[in-house]
Amino acid sequence: MIFLILIASETTNFTAETLIPALYVFALAAFLGYQVISRVPPLLHTPLMSATNAISGISLVGSIVIAGQYGTVSRILGFIAVACATTNVVGGFMLTDRMLQMFKKRLPAGKEKEKELAAKEKKGLASSNNGDRGSER
Amino acid sequence: MNTTYFIEFTYLAASILFILGLKGMSHPESAKRGMHLAEFGMLLAIIGTLLHREIVSYEWIIAGLVIGGGVGAAMAYWVPMTAMPQRTALSHAFGAFAAALVGISEYYRHGAELGQLKMTALSFEVMLGALTTTGSLIAFAKLQGLVRGTPMTFKGQNVFNMTLLAVTLGLFVYLLFVPTSATAFYTMMGLAFVFGVMLVIPIGAADMPVVMSLLNSYAGLAAAATGFAISNNVLIIAGTLDGFSGFILSILMCRAMNRSMTNVLFGAFGSETMAAAGDGTEGVMREVSPEDVAVQLAYARQVVFVPGYGLATAQAQYAVRELANTLEDRGVSVKYAIHPVAGRMPGHMNVLLAEANVPYSALYELEQINPEFPQTDVAVVIGANDVVNPDARDNPQSPIAGMPILEVDRARSVVVLKRGKGKGFSGLENPLFYKPVTGMLYGDAKDSLVRLTQAVQQA
Repeated sequence: MIFLILIASETTNFTAETLIPALYVFALAAFLGYQVISRVPPLLHTPLMSATNAISGISLVGSIVIAGQYGTVSRILGFIAVACATTNVVGGFMLTDRMLQMFKKRLPAGKEKEKELAAKEKKGLASSNNGDRGSER
Repeated sequence: MNTTYFIEFTYLAASILFILGLKGMSHPESAKRGMHLAEFGMLLAIIGTLLHREIVSYEWIIAGLVIGGGVGAAMAYWVPMTAMPQRTALSHAFGAFAAALVGISEYYRHGAELGQLKMTALSFEVMLGALTTTGSLIAFAKLQGLVRGTPMTFKGQNVFNMTLLAVTLGLFVYLLFVPTSATAFYTMMGLAFVFGVMLVIPIGAADMPVVMSLLNSYAGLAAAATGFAISNNVLIIAGTLDGFSGFILSILMCRAMNRSMTNVLFGAFGSETMAAAGDGTEGVMREVSPEDVAVQLAYARQVVFVPGYGLATAQAQYAVRELANTLEDRGVSVKYAIHPVAGRMPGHMNVLLAEANVPYSALYELEQINPEFPQTDVAVVIGANDVVNPDARDNPQSPIAGMPILEVDRARSVVVLKRGKGKGFSGLENPLFYKPVTGMLYGDAKDSLVRLTQAVQQA
């Protein structure tokens, strides 16, 4: 893509002064993206995909402007684009939150303690009916 | 003028918050807070945009926001974790379609005045947006079971696709020099829509993690191109982050299958012609009863569960958790081995198990768990096939040779929960099933797990 843009930029100067900063932004974002994303553990790959999806729903910004302009065609296209992008933004973020809520390091404290107790008692081979304690839950 | 500064400020803030949000994703604990930052950033950007001076009416905007918000919220609320791949595919389609529409609208309004630079970005945006839209819809249909999951191939497919791609790219280049040609623009768009379909239909269900990541990447890049086309930095940044995230994921997925991207995209892996290649394994599969397995499990010291896509189709994540609970109550150490490409999207198994309240400290990655199999008494394979196929390690002729696998065959004994005696999604024979250490437990994974739990409780 950069290559093609460069080809094009040789033939015209149109918006060249805005293109170069944009390419800087692109290159730095790409570098940063690589650094940040490669630190995400496989555990969180699904929430990551859902989150980046919500974030790239930022094309909503472009869609909103179009939907608010003059012209019926523009407004209808913009309306559909706004609806699609908002679905991603709202749905993506809500779903990511919902998923992340599920990731727990350990069980709720009470449950975990009970389990540890049961395991310890088992190891200690204390009395015979201790092993059943776990099933009381 | 002040408004312009304010808008730019919200965009800058949003960009920073997005990056911080993704940075939080490096750990489950920081991820929640990170997402709230990103959400706040998005809100800021939207408020900023609503003040844009080109906006003259708000009816359509509000209608779009309300409808999109409603649909998005409903989907987020009701979609089951087992259906995450489908929902993600659908959202890639939405995102890409929005980008494509913005591009089309820009071209429709400005057309000839755009000049070559903007035209390049615009064409790129529309092309990527269009092919990602239809590609993701096909992926959705495959994952949802609306169309067959097996690769759809026909004679001369690769030649046809290459020609299609060449023509589309040809029009793309043509538009750089003749931006006024609306015919070329709309033809390119149409062909890109077709190419998206053609790109995904020959890809088998088991390769979906790669395709999902790739489509994720395209959707992001389409958004980034939108940023170039309308000179908006927050779009470039967010789109690029998404694009790179998808790109990195697709490379990780390819590496986890020891295949190249070209092979995944054009190899039609798992098609019927290839299935014959694996036929050569002889021997008998040993069928075991739930009661036998329960005794093994109940007196084991360490049990490792190996989930695959079958866990998702059988909705068996809660059943496996129940069995694990029962075993842990008896003092058995329980671990879960997660292969990077298990399931239909990256990290699919992790969310499923997290949903069933499995703590993430019990989930182990391939490199962590493989050295543990020799000390494992029972490895329980639930609806996984290729990711535990020892042929990948032992047979250089195998189509999946070199793919890193979970070495369950090194465990003292293996139990495979399988729906029936047929082959897996890839159509490959799995020598694991014929090994003396392996016992086959046929039936629906959920039913089998429930029966195992009951049997363990009685043991």
